[in-house]
Amino acid sequence: MIPAQVHRQLREAHARGDYSALLGLIPYAGLIGIQCSRDGDDLLFRLPANPDNVGNPLLPAIHGGVIAGFMELSAALYLLVFSESASIPKIIDFSIDYLRAGHLRDTFARCQLWRQGRRVTNVAITAWQADAAEPIATARAHFKIKELVAPLK
Amino acid sequence: MQVECANGEGITLRMPWSPSIVGNPQTGAVHGGAITTLMDTALGMATLCALPEFEVCPTLDLRVDYMGPGVAHQDLFGHAHCYRVSREVIFIRGACYQADPGQPIAQVVGTYMRLGKDIKGGLNFARTLKGEAQ
Repeated sequence: MIPAQVHRQLREAHARGDYSALLGLIPYAGLIGIQCSRDGDDLLFRLPANPDNVGNPLLPAIHGGVIAGFMELSAALYLLVFSESASIPKIIDFSIDYLRAGHLRDTFARCQLWRQGRRVTNVAITAWQADAAEPIATARAHFKIKELVAPLK
Repeated sequence: MQVECANGEGITLRMPWSPSIVGNPQTGAVHGGAITTLMDTALGMATLCALPEFEVCPTLDLRVDYMGPGVAHQDLFGHAHCYRVSREVIFIRGACYQADPGQPIAQVVGTYMRLGKDIKGGLNFARTLKGEAQ
Protein backbone atom coordinates (compact mmCIF):
# COMPACT_ATOMS: atom_id res chain seq x y z
CA MET A 1 0.00 0.00 0.00
CA ILE A 2 1.08 3.57 -0.59
CA PRO A 3 1.54 5.29 2.78
CA ALA A 4 -0.88 8.18 3.40
CA GLN A 5 2.08 10.55 3.54
CA VAL A 6 3.17 9.56 0.02
CA HIS A 7 -0.39 9.96 -1.29
CA ARG A 8 -0.37 13.47 0.14
CA GLN A 9 3.01 14.20 -1.47
CA LEU A 10 1.66 12.91 -4.80
CA ARG A 11 -1.37 15.17 -4.67
CA GLU A 12 0.73 18.19 -3.76
CA ALA A 13 3.30 17.41 -6.45
CA HIS A 14 0.65 17.17 -9.15
CA ALA A 15 -1.08 20.36 -7.99
CA ARG A 16 2.21 22.29 -8.13
CA GLY A 17 3.58 20.49 -11.19
CA ASP A 18 6.78 19.86 -9.21
CA TYR A 19 7.58 16.19 -8.85
CA SER A 20 11.09 16.44 -7.36
CA ALA A 21 9.95 15.21 -3.90
CA LEU A 22 8.36 12.16 -5.54
CA LEU A 23 11.51 11.43 -7.56
CA GLY A 24 13.56 11.85 -4.39
CA LEU A 25 11.87 8.76 -2.93
CA ILE A 26 13.26 6.49 -5.67
CA PRO A 27 17.05 5.99 -5.61
CA TYR A 28 17.13 4.71 -9.22
CA ALA A 29 15.45 7.93 -10.39
CA GLY A 30 18.35 9.91 -8.95
CA LEU A 31 20.93 7.53 -10.40
CA ILE A 32 19.89 8.10 -14.03
CA GLY A 33 18.79 11.70 -13.38
CA ILE A 34 15.19 11.53 -14.63
CA GLN A 35 13.13 14.74 -14.48
CA CYS A 36 9.39 15.17 -14.71
CA SER A 37 7.30 18.22 -15.53
CA ARG A 38 3.64 18.96 -16.02
CA ASP A 39 2.65 19.69 -19.61
CA GLY A 40 -0.99 20.79 -19.56
CA ASP A 41 -2.87 17.71 -18.42
CA ASP A 42 0.01 15.48 -19.45
CA LEU A 43 3.42 14.63 -18.00
CA LEU A 44 6.69 15.11 -19.85
CA PHE A 45 9.71 13.11 -18.75
CA ARG A 46 13.26 14.17 -19.45
CA LEU A 47 16.57 12.37 -19.12
CA PRO A 48 19.32 15.01 -19.32
CA ALA A 49 22.43 14.06 -21.28
CA ASN A 50 24.81 12.42 -18.81
CA PRO A 51 28.12 10.71 -19.70
CA ASP A 52 27.45 8.19 -16.88
CA ASN A 53 24.52 6.84 -18.94
CA VAL A 54 26.61 6.07 -22.03
CA GLY A 55 26.72 2.45 -23.24
CA ASN A 56 28.70 2.87 -26.47
CA PRO A 57 31.53 5.36 -25.81
CA LEU A 58 32.58 5.50 -29.47
CA LEU A 59 29.36 6.90 -30.94
CA PRO A 60 28.74 7.99 -28.10
CA ALA A 61 25.29 6.55 -27.42
CA ILE A 62 23.19 6.13 -24.29
CA HIS A 63 23.02 2.53 -23.02
CA GLY A 64 19.89 0.76 -24.28
CA GLY A 65 19.24 -0.48 -20.76
CA VAL A 66 19.22 3.08 -19.43
CA ILE A 67 16.78 4.15 -22.16
CA ALA A 68 14.56 1.21 -21.17
CA GLY A 69 14.90 2.05 -17.47
CA PHE A 70 14.04 5.69 -18.17
CA MET A 71 10.92 4.64 -20.10
CA GLU A 72 9.85 2.06 -17.51
CA LEU A 73 10.29 4.58 -14.72
CA SER A 74 8.36 7.18 -16.74
CA ALA A 75 5.45 4.73 -17.06
CA ALA A 76 5.51 3.91 -13.34
CA LEU A 77 5.54 7.60 -12.37
CA TYR A 78 2.81 8.34 -14.89
CA LEU A 79 0.64 5.65 -13.30
CA LEU A 80 1.40 6.92 -9.79
CA VAL A 81 -0.07 10.25 -10.82
CA PHE A 82 -2.90 9.16 -13.13
CA SER A 83 -4.01 5.61 -12.31
CA GLU A 84 -5.35 6.43 -8.83
CA SER A 85 -3.95 3.15 -7.58
CA ALA A 86 -4.02 2.41 -3.87
CA SER A 87 -0.72 0.53 -4.15
CA ILE A 88 2.53 1.34 -5.94
CA PRO A 89 2.01 0.06 -9.52
CA LYS A 90 3.94 -3.20 -9.90
CA ILE A 91 5.56 -3.96 -13.22
CA ILE A 92 4.39 -7.22 -14.85
CA ASP A 93 6.21 -7.00 -18.17
CA PHE A 94 8.05 -4.47 -20.27
CA SER A 95 8.75 -4.68 -24.00
CA ILE A 96 10.88 -2.20 -25.92
CA ASP A 97 11.62 -1.67 -29.61
CA TYR A 98 14.77 0.30 -30.40
CA LEU A 99 14.31 2.44 -33.49
CA ARG A 100 17.39 4.70 -33.57
CA ALA A 101 20.61 5.16 -31.61
CA GLY A 102 20.13 7.34 -28.54
CA HIS A 103 22.84 9.96 -28.82
CA LEU A 104 24.42 11.73 -25.87
CA ARG A 105 21.83 14.46 -25.62
CA ASP A 106 18.62 15.08 -23.69
CA THR A 107 15.99 12.36 -24.13
CA PHE A 108 12.25 12.86 -23.63
CA ALA A 109 9.39 10.47 -22.99
CA ARG A 110 5.63 10.62 -23.01
CA CYS A 111 3.17 7.95 -21.87
CA GLN A 112 -0.25 6.87 -23.01
CA LEU A 113 -2.62 4.88 -20.84
CA TRP A 114 -4.32 2.62 -23.39
CA ARG A 115 -6.39 0.61 -21.00
CA GLN A 116 -6.96 0.74 -17.30
CA GLY A 117 -8.67 -2.28 -15.86
CA ARG A 118 -9.39 -2.87 -12.22
CA ARG A 119 -6.23 -4.86 -11.67
CA VAL A 120 -4.00 -4.33 -14.71
CA THR A 121 -3.10 -1.32 -16.84
CA ASN A 122 -1.56 -1.16 -20.29
CA VAL A 123 0.77 1.80 -20.94
CA ALA A 124 2.65 2.78 -24.09
CA ILE A 125 5.81 4.89 -23.83
CA THR A 126 7.51 6.84 -26.62
CA ALA A 127 11.03 8.27 -26.29
CA TRP A 128 12.68 10.82 -28.59
CA GLN A 129 15.54 13.29 -28.68
CA ALA A 130 15.69 16.18 -31.16
CA ASP A 131 12.42 15.47 -32.99
CA ALA A 132 9.28 14.02 -31.40
CA ALA A 133 8.28 12.70 -34.83
CA GLU A 134 11.44 10.55 -34.91
CA PRO A 135 11.30 8.40 -31.77
CA ILE A 136 14.44 6.53 -30.67
CA ALA A 137 12.37 3.83 -28.96
CA THR A 138 8.80 2.77 -28.31
CA ALA A 139 7.79 0.51 -25.45
CA ARG A 140 4.75 -0.95 -23.77
CA ALA A 141 4.25 -2.24 -20.27
CA HIS A 142 1.68 -3.90 -18.07
CA PHE A 143 1.42 -2.87 -14.42
CA LYS A 144 -0.57 -4.41 -11.60
CA ILE A 145 -2.58 -1.81 -9.70
CA LYS A 146 -5.14 -1.73 -6.91
CA GLU A 147 -8.32 0.29 -7.21
CA LEU A 148 -8.52 3.23 -4.85
CA VAL A 149 -11.88 3.73 -3.16
CA ALA A 150 -11.52 7.49 -2.75
CA PRO A 151 -10.12 9.29 -5.82
CA LEU A 152 -6.58 10.66 -5.57
CA LYS A 153 -7.12 13.97 -7.33
CA MET B 1 28.96 -5.25 -13.46
CA GLN B 2 31.42 -8.04 -14.12
CA VAL B 3 31.60 -11.26 -16.09
CA GLU B 4 30.96 -14.23 -13.82
CA CYS B 5 31.49 -16.84 -16.52
CA ALA B 6 31.46 -17.05 -20.30
CA ASN B 7 31.77 -19.93 -22.75
CA GLY B 8 30.28 -21.20 -26.01
CA GLU B 9 27.02 -21.87 -24.22
CA GLY B 10 26.46 -18.31 -23.04
CA ILE B 11 27.45 -15.69 -20.56
CA THR B 12 26.62 -14.81 -16.94
CA LEU B 13 27.12 -11.30 -15.57
CA ARG B 14 27.06 -10.24 -11.95
CA MET B 15 25.67 -6.87 -10.85
CA PRO B 16 26.24 -6.07 -7.17
CA TRP B 17 23.23 -4.92 -5.21
CA SER B 18 23.65 -1.26 -4.26
CA PRO B 19 21.34 1.31 -2.64
CA SER B 20 21.58 3.58 -5.70
CA ILE B 21 19.76 1.11 -8.01
CA VAL B 22 16.85 0.52 -5.64
CA GLY B 23 13.38 1.13 -7.10
CA ASN B 24 11.27 0.35 -4.05
CA PRO B 25 12.69 2.05 -0.95
CA GLN B 26 10.26 0.12 1.26
CA THR B 27 11.71 -3.30 0.33
CA GLY B 28 15.12 -2.45 -1.14
CA ALA B 29 14.22 -4.27 -4.35
CA VAL B 30 16.24 -3.21 -7.38
CA HIS B 31 14.40 -1.12 -10.02
CA GLY B 32 13.29 -2.90 -13.20
CA GLY B 33 15.36 -0.41 -15.18
CA ALA B 34 18.56 -1.67 -13.55
CA ILE B 35 17.49 -5.26 -14.27
CA THR B 36 16.80 -4.32 -17.90
CA THR B 37 20.23 -2.69 -18.13
CA LEU B 38 21.90 -5.82 -16.72
CA MET B 39 19.96 -8.05 -19.12
CA ASP B 40 20.46 -5.87 -22.23
CA THR B 41 24.19 -6.01 -21.48
CA ALA B 42 24.12 -9.78 -20.88
CA LEU B 43 22.13 -10.52 -24.04
CA GLY B 44 24.30 -8.14 -26.08
CA MET B 45 27.49 -9.79 -24.80
CA ALA B 46 26.07 -13.28 -25.41
CA THR B 47 26.46 -12.51 -29.13
CA LEU B 48 30.24 -12.71 -28.52
CA CYS B 49 29.78 -16.32 -27.37
CA ALA B 50 27.98 -17.30 -30.57
CA LEU B 51 29.86 -15.39 -33.29
CA PRO B 52 33.21 -16.39 -34.81
CA GLU B 53 34.41 -12.77 -34.82
CA PHE B 54 33.48 -9.56 -33.01
CA GLU B 55 30.50 -7.79 -34.53
CA VAL B 56 28.58 -4.81 -33.26
CA CYS B 57 25.07 -6.08 -32.45
CA PRO B 58 22.61 -3.38 -31.42
CA THR B 59 19.36 -4.38 -29.75
CA LEU B 60 16.31 -4.54 -32.01
CA ASP B 61 13.88 -5.36 -29.25
CA LEU B 62 13.85 -6.66 -25.72
CA ARG B 63 11.05 -8.06 -23.61
CA VAL B 64 11.30 -8.48 -19.84
CA ASP B 65 8.78 -10.54 -17.87
CA TYR B 66 9.00 -9.89 -14.14
CA MET B 67 8.50 -13.14 -12.22
CA GLY B 68 8.67 -11.52 -8.80
CA PRO B 69 10.33 -8.72 -6.88
CA GLY B 70 13.98 -8.99 -5.96
CA VAL B 71 15.32 -8.77 -2.44
CA ALA B 72 17.72 -6.28 -0.87
CA HIS B 73 21.44 -6.86 -0.24
CA GLN B 74 21.83 -9.73 -2.72
CA ASP B 75 23.84 -9.52 -5.94
CA LEU B 76 21.98 -9.99 -9.22
CA PHE B 77 23.04 -12.38 -11.95
CA GLY B 78 22.10 -12.16 -15.60
CA HIS B 79 22.51 -15.23 -17.77
CA ALA B 80 22.00 -15.17 -21.55
CA HIS B 81 22.42 -17.54 -24.44
CA CYS B 82 21.82 -17.29 -28.18
CA TYR B 83 19.34 -19.90 -29.39
CA ARG B 84 19.36 -18.93 -33.04
CA VAL B 85 22.05 -17.14 -35.03
CA SER B 86 20.93 -16.20 -38.53
CA ARG B 87 22.78 -14.17 -41.15
CA GLU B 88 21.27 -10.84 -40.05
CA VAL B 89 19.64 -11.37 -36.68
CA ILE B 90 20.46 -13.18 -33.42
CA PHE B 91 17.70 -14.48 -31.12
CA ILE B 92 18.67 -14.53 -27.45
CA ARG B 93 17.05 -15.63 -24.22
CA GLY B 94 18.08 -14.93 -20.66
CA ALA B 95 17.11 -14.83 -17.03
CA CYS B 96 17.92 -12.68 -14.04
CA TYR B 97 18.19 -14.23 -10.58
CA GLN B 98 19.66 -13.55 -7.16
CA ALA B 99 20.52 -16.47 -4.86
CA ASP B 100 18.80 -19.26 -6.82
CA PRO B 101 19.00 -19.67 -10.63
CA GLY B 102 15.86 -21.83 -10.33
CA GLN B 103 13.92 -18.83 -8.98
CA PRO B 104 14.42 -16.12 -11.62
CA ILE B 105 13.16 -12.61 -10.87
CA ALA B 106 12.93 -11.86 -14.61
CA GLN B 107 12.81 -13.79 -17.88
CA VAL B 108 14.08 -11.97 -20.94
CA VAL B 109 13.98 -12.47 -24.68
CA GLY B 110 15.50 -10.19 -27.30
CA THR B 111 16.63 -9.90 -30.90
CA TYR B 112 19.91 -8.31 -31.88
CA MET B 113 20.97 -7.12 -35.32
CA ARG B 114 24.29 -8.25 -36.83
CA LEU B 115 26.02 -5.24 -38.36
CA GLY B 116 28.87 -7.38 -39.72
CA LYS B 117 32.59 -7.16 -39.08
CA ASP B 118 33.27 -4.85 -42.03
CA ILE B 119 31.39 -1.89 -40.65
CA LYS B 120 33.71 0.97 -39.82
CA GLY B 121 32.36 1.67 -36.35
CA GLY B 122 32.59 -2.02 -35.52
CA LEU B 123 36.24 -2.35 -36.57
CA ASN B 124 37.20 0.78 -34.68
CA PHE B 125 35.42 -0.50 -31.63
CA ALA B 126 37.19 -3.85 -31.88
CA ARG B 127 40.60 -2.13 -32.23
CA THR B 128 39.87 0.02 -29.20
CA LEU B 129 38.96 -3.06 -27.18
CA LYS B 130 42.21 -4.72 -28.28
CA GLY B 131 44.20 -1.61 -27.39
CA GLU B 132 42.68 -1.57 -23.94
CA ALA B 133 43.46 -5.26 -23.43
CA GLN B 134 47.20 -4.88 -24.18
